[in-house]
Amino acid sequence: MPPTLTPIVYALLAVLGTATVTGIALKLNPKTRDLGCDVLSRTIAWWFMCGVIIGCCWHGRGALTICFALISFQGLREYFAVTRVRTADQRALFWSMFVLLPLQYYLVWIEWYGMFCMFIPVYGFIALTVFACVRGDATDFLARCAKIFFGVVIIVYFVSHVPALATLQIPAFEGGMFVHEHGEFILFLLIVSQGNDVCQYLWGKSLGRHKITPHLSPKKTWEGFIGGVVSSAGIAASLAWLIPFNAWQAAGFGVAIAVLGFAGDIVMSAIKRDAGIKDYGCMLGGHGGILDRIDGLAIAAPVFFHLMRYYGDWIAEHQDKL
Amino acid sequence: MIIAWLIRFVTGIQSRWLGCEPAARQRIYFANHGSNLDGPTIWASLPGRARRACRLVAARDYWDANPWRRFLAVKVFRALLIKRGHISRDDNPMDQMTDALDGTNDSLIIFPEGTRKDHDAEEELNPFKAGLYRLHQRFPEIELVPVYLRNLSRILPKGEYLPVPVVSSISFGAPLERVENETKADFLARAEAAVLELKENEDH
Repeated sequence: MPPTLTPIVYALLAVLGTATVTGIALKLNPKTRDLGCDVLSRTIAWWFMCGVIIGCCWHGRGALTICFALISFQGLREYFAVTRVRTADQRALFWSMFVLLPLQYYLVWIEWYGMFCMFIPVYGFIALTVFACVRGDATDFLARCAKIFFGVVIIVYFVSHVPALATLQIPAFEGGMFVHEHGEFILFLLIVSQGNDVCQYLWGKSLGRHKITPHLSPKKTWEGFIGGVVSSAGIAASLAWLIPFNAWQAAGFGVAIAVLGFAGDIVMSAIKRDAGIKDYGCMLGGHGGILDRIDGLAIAAPVFFHLMRYYGDWIAEHQDKL
Repeated sequence: MIIAWLIRFVTGIQSRWLGCEPAARQRIYFANHGSNLDGPTIWASLPGRARRACRLVAARDYWDANPWRRFLAVKVFRALLIKRGHISRDDNPMDQMTDALDGTNDSLIIFPEGTRKDHDAEEELNPFKAGLYRLHQRFPEIELVPVYLRNLSRILPKGEYLPVPVVSSISFGAPLERVENETKADFLARAEAAVLELKENEDH
């Protein structure tokens, strides 16, 4: 096993093992049976997700790119199922799933940074708006374009920054390059953002009193949010060895990921409320659809990518002074 | 079998048996209609034995249009190709369906709306045609199973050829109960309500 993955795997085994045992214990007690079933079905989905991600990290950048391309694909399937568009948009939808999405991930794979950054904002935008009007159906034209483009930006463009993290060239403090061929940045981002989701939920459940957005997401509380941010900073600091930064800097990144994760959560909730649904799907037992799982990650990924790139350059410049 | 697997893979459909078991007994499945994929998808969602004993009732003008479609319709779905529009005494869908059910063990998949609903249209269902009622009168012992197809009309809307595989699902409801001396209008209203009830169920 790659040395950077070993501690992560043991930690995940410990956490998921504890969750599984707790779930079974709760299920056996007739009083808390429903809660136990809920915990168990969520934990089983976690086993599956962790297994896939660890497997891809082990394999390397290609597997990670394909994995996130598939996640984006399933995300678009769920998103287009709940957004009201018209028959005339069929071609735009087809293009976003079968042309824009593969091309965007191909650009990640060949490490063409300039094109990867502007492909969907410029060329994707042009293609989708043109395809939306070729049928000559102008009903709700602007709203339809906005819905399709919104989904493609968040679900394809933003999420594709996750595998793009594996293409970063970042110098290490001691000279030479920081080696991260097993998706170390990606693991850092995924563990912190998913840990943030879980911690916000747990803190909110145990201490939550003051609601932040009662209409959008009634479960979000200030106590959960603050607890989540603090816990994420802690998790990030303990994972600092995965990235070429020290514990304090990593904690700062953790706070950024947690705040952005919260933002992504309420944005995707707003879409769900607008469409009148609770979850985007039922693919992951107890979690809803894949979009419900990656909502926070999608917003945090591009910012984390830029932070890594920017401070990576900063290290390179200040290396001799440190 | 490969084709059934392929249809399920392309549409990525989830099937839910809400009101009945996927048993291989003689049944008439009736569903809402919004896409040419509807019939093949219901067929593909049935388990092996039930699928082999199931025939699709489909429009001749569409499925007979080229050799490939004819192959699928005749060899794979064992479709009853019915004529739309002008119907004569010796060539009419009711006789075909009656023949197909009489003395066999085959199930049928039918779309009582008669045609595909336009995806952009506001109403939920086009009014059901009387064929379902007549079949029920003729074969009261055959179970009538309502089926609701969600989002298939988005995967392949009427008049489109590029599929967009959004998340979709198919729900099988409880067979319609038999009510003595029911009028045609009441029966059709009940059948429509059964399909719409599955839709409500889907939306929570």
